[in-house]
Amino acid sequence: MAAELWLQFVLALDATIRMSTPLILCAMAGIFSERSGIIDISLEGKMLLSAFAAASLAALTGSAVIGLAGAIIISVLFSLLHGFACITHKGNQVVSGLAINILASGLTVTIGFAIFSQGGQTPFLSRDQRFLPLELPFTETIESLPVIGPSIGVIYSEVISGHNILVWLAFLAVIVTGYVLFRTTFGLRLRAVGEKPEAVDTAGISVSWMRYKAVILAGILCGMAGAYLSIAHGGGFVREMTAGKGYIALAAMIFGNWRPVPVLLACLMFGFLEAIAARLQGVDLPLIGQVSTDLILVLPYVLTVILLAGFVGRAVPPRAIGVPYVKER
Amino acid sequence: MEQKLPRWIDIGLLPVINILAAFIVAGVIIALIGENPFAALSVLVKGAFFYKGALGYTLFYATNFIFTGLAVAVAFHASLFNIGGEGQAMVGGLGLGLVALLLDPLLPPLLVVLIAIPAAVIFGAFWGVIPGWLQAKRGSHIVITTIMFNFIAASLMVWLLAGMLMAPGQMSPETRSFADGVALAQFHTLVSYVGLSVAKSPLNLSFIIALVACVGVWVLIWRTRLGYVIRATGHSERAVIYAGHSPAKIIIITMAISGGLAGLMALNEILGVQQRVILNFTSGYGFTGIAVALMGRNHPIGILLASLLFGALYQGGAELDFEFQTITREMVLMIQGLIILFSGALAYMFTPMVARVFASYISSSKGVD
Amino acid sequence: MTVTHQQAKGRDTVPFAISLRGVEKTFGAVRANHNIDLDICTGDIHGIIGENGAGKSTLVSILYGFYQADAGTISVFGEEKTLRSTADAIAAGIGMVHQHFMLVPTFTVLENIILGHEGTDSLAKGFEAARVELAQLATRYGLDVDLDAIIEDFPVGLQQRVEILKALYRGANILILDEPTGVLTPQETDQLFDILRALKEQGVTILLITHKLREIMAITDHVSVMRGGEMVAHKRRSDTTPEELAEVMVGRPVRTDGIWHEANPGQIVLRAENLELTAGMSAKSTALVSDVSFALKAGEILGIAGVSGNGQSELLELLAGIRAPSNGSIQIGGRHVTAEMPATPSEIKSLGIAHVPEDRHSTGLILPFTAAETIILGYEDKMTGRTAGWLDPEELDEHCAGLMQDFDVRPPDPSLKSNLFSGGNQQKIVLAREMSAAPSILLVGQATRGVDIGAIEFIHKQLIAMRDKGCAIILVSVELDEILTLSDRIMVMNNGSSMGIIDRSEADARAIGLLMAGVG
Repeated sequence: MAAELWLQFVLALDATIRMSTPLILCAMAGIFSERSGIIDISLEGKMLLSAFAAASLAALTGSAVIGLAGAIIISVLFSLLHGFACITHKGNQVVSGLAINILASGLTVTIGFAIFSQGGQTPFLSRDQRFLPLELPFTETIESLPVIGPSIGVIYSEVISGHNILVWLAFLAVIVTGYVLFRTTFGLRLRAVGEKPEAVDTAGISVSWMRYKAVILAGILCGMAGAYLSIAHGGGFVREMTAGKGYIALAAMIFGNWRPVPVLLACLMFGFLEAIAARLQGVDLPLIGQVSTDLILVLPYVLTVILLAGFVGRAVPPRAIGVPYVKER
Repeated sequence: MEQKLPRWIDIGLLPVINILAAFIVAGVIIALIGENPFAALSVLVKGAFFYKGALGYTLFYATNFIFTGLAVAVAFHASLFNIGGEGQAMVGGLGLGLVALLLDPLLPPLLVVLIAIPAAVIFGAFWGVIPGWLQAKRGSHIVITTIMFNFIAASLMVWLLAGMLMAPGQMSPETRSFADGVALAQFHTLVSYVGLSVAKSPLNLSFIIALVACVGVWVLIWRTRLGYVIRATGHSERAVIYAGHSPAKIIIITMAISGGLAGLMALNEILGVQQRVILNFTSGYGFTGIAVALMGRNHPIGILLASLLFGALYQGGAELDFEFQTITREMVLMIQGLIILFSGALAYMFTPMVARVFASYISSSKGVD
Repeated sequence: MTVTHQQAKGRDTVPFAISLRGVEKTFGAVRANHNIDLDICTGDIHGIIGENGAGKSTLVSILYGFYQADAGTISVFGEEKTLRSTADAIAAGIGMVHQHFMLVPTFTVLENIILGHEGTDSLAKGFEAARVELAQLATRYGLDVDLDAIIEDFPVGLQQRVEILKALYRGANILILDEPTGVLTPQETDQLFDILRALKEQGVTILLITHKLREIMAITDHVSVMRGGEMVAHKRRSDTTPEELAEVMVGRPVRTDGIWHEANPGQIVLRAENLELTAGMSAKSTALVSDVSFALKAGEILGIAGVSGNGQSELLELLAGIRAPSNGSIQIGGRHVTAEMPATPSEIKSLGIAHVPEDRHSTGLILPFTAAETIILGYEDKMTGRTAGWLDPEELDEHCAGLMQDFDVRPPDPSLKSNLFSGGNQQKIVLAREMSAAPSILLVGQATRGVDIGAIEFIHKQLIAMRDKGCAIILVSVELDEILTLSDRIMVMNNGSSMGIIDRSEADARAIGLLMAGVG
């Protein structure tokens, strides 16, 4: 009985990682953008556009790698659009983000329908048009070991092994984000731009250029997130397939206080909730009884509101966020 | 620094240029997918205004946008970005539905309607007040909280409509139909009582309520003390404290009004057409309200015009979907996104160009070089 | 990146660190800088003095690459330079200490100093190299700062020191200081001047921008006067006097206080007893106002002097009901305002108290509102006509037009947006609003900040007139001259406490200066 429960738990962990990957990539994207002072509500839209681009290109060219490249390019283009509106034109950053999200919903289906005529979807992708799970060596041997096998071994064989490369890249992204932000000159300047752009300007560095770079980095990461959804995790693009994940990533970013490792943990937590939501359908939990799927799925949003209300800890955004930089004189 | 542009350019010409830009980009995309943009435009316009019943549909959609647009605009005057129109409309509809379902076996239909309408306002207001309170008293950024509350409302609706409130014996998540007469009369029916005949469409009395709301909002914002204080709060909280008011109170009141206006949108769909509460009756109209408020520069007249434009878009879009093989209803979303982009985020992009043209026109007409 | 040997050599032979010829800068219709000629001797401390709006800020912005001059040449150490950006200015050896510090509050001192000049991609290496060099700078200029402290924990004077260190680290041999003493205590000002003298000894050329004559006389070698966008005088400091400079600054003989005349004080209308305001949680609490007591009589002006940041602003907010006292009481008529029974601004208003706030832009006016709308701020209930809550635009315009005439607001246009009026006229609008409420007590903060000369005289006359009608006035001002011109009695604040109240007859700049510094 305990072994069965343990296996279920391990499988849930495995699912957690798969659910969290797009969240992690998007949230890291959000960190770069917001740390430089640009609010980015459009993580959702960029991810959707990238998912579409990846699936379409993979279907048309037969190569998942080209799909990934296309996804990144599209995401960066829309990031530049957002940057153009916010940085160069000092427009309202929330409005720009919202516009991109709505535009994404419309554009993906419109073009998808025109190309593939399948109600906005891309055709189902075959195995070689996707990124496939990477099996690590020795999984079977480890699994078959006595005692260690079913306890720790399954963690290796289920949780660690069997993920596609984008999952590994997501975790790498967390390390890279942390390193870039806190150990490089670029990161120092980026954080300064988000806290006090005047300090950077008077040091002779272009605030606009720094923000554009941040926004491009965000685009790259969102592109990877979108590609993951349609050509790694899933087998093609379906309309509105991001289903609010971009907003959950936003929530995770706030939850983790714009710091890479706490944000990673928040993403894992939200991913975990998504992973177990379906599994707990109709299951009787001790003490709580049956929990509705909707309740579990709404938890990330409720938790974020509670955090924002300051009832549990405080979310402190970069000081200069959301305010277009204007040289004062 | 260039001369300041005259008012008619600022509130008249520039918004038109922004919309034109959005349409031009949309046209390019339509051309890219292999259709003739001008043909599409023609179908759009005919479908919105000239086909049988089209105008009625256009005004019907516009009614939704007037409510959600006013909601966003009122909040904007206090510098609050209320993105929660979707959720507030949903919860408003929920309140409306609850009242109708509880009372329609007990009271005559007219009374039920008269009680249900304020219920929609109160429930919508409630869903707006919570993020408002969180912003005012706890400093939680209202943009993020209202986004979250949209999702929470959607979950709530699913949970209730697929659970407790679901009509018995049914499979689809919706309530049972209201009793006969618990509705807002549709125009074509009303007009037939006077002996006239108009094409059938879902346009109903909510449209009149929307127009009244436009006047009401104008009076509130520009002719009352509360409106003055709301606008003052939107510009400077410190000045408002100095003047003796409480910004927290103002924020909460404003969000209540805003949420209430969004809640009224439920009237149009639920009492005007469906006569029961269905899932997703808001269909993204809460977000369209944002576009409408931006285009309309947060003024009821602008909102009215912008709502008409979007109503035409939605109705014309349905026609486009019908007549063109390669175009779907999502085209409207695309145009909506472009309009929000050009009217909202890039609103002043064309200003320097227009200013230059204007300045050279002035100097050439004066004969000065 | 300190002064190189070659630069030092070059410095010795080049007479002028900066030379400007014919510099012009126009913004629309405003000629901010016109025909500027200026020579700054190498190794000098050179002062540029002028009133608000004289064009000093613009000139300095051009030198630091923020703006580009429309015409004219700039030479740095004999070489003509185009300063297209801040990076160009820094490369030319020009460093600047801004009025509002350009420091990232959450970063450490070290992070702030190397920002933009890290020298390498890896922060760890950059820090190491910087520490070595900063140690050298510390010894050389006597500028010792804890590199790992976080900026927002530093007092203002220390933050300024970091700014200076930052400029030196970036290789500045010309240091521009823009109104550096506005936020310093007298003690910190002295320390700053010591640092400047030390810098001069090491060969740094210093350009000091200020409107304070005292500072010019204390520390500069040469002084240039700007007025109306032009350079109107260059003098050797030892050859001139404060009076002469003041006259050149203003363009006409400066009037001494001919406005004030004997007051006729009546009953006590307000009493503050052991007033205290603390902020922050118990462990880290600071006393913003501590143990302030005074009595205010009708028909007198009580001036509250002190360097900005010593509790005067908070005292004003306490009296206006914007903040509640932590301890002590304010007695107005029969009402005791205490921590347990605080008053709101509207209640204070109903007690007959009007308030002209210190910062009219953020608090006193609503800039995007028209004058007619701004002029009812806080008094809307008086304007809502027969129907409760209804605002009639015609009534508003009429009301505003009347006030504009009484208070000589130009242009007298009620429909003009508040931000389009000049500083002096904006202030007159605020005063019109508060004074026309016929208060028995008037609280005024920085009555003439950013106001031109003509309006200053008008406002001062209005205040004296109010006083003569029996109004009790509390006047908070960082401009000592204004305090001395108008007050009947003067209370000096230092570090949140009152240093005592002295009568006008005993007050002179020196006595008050000592009190401001916390002495006596």
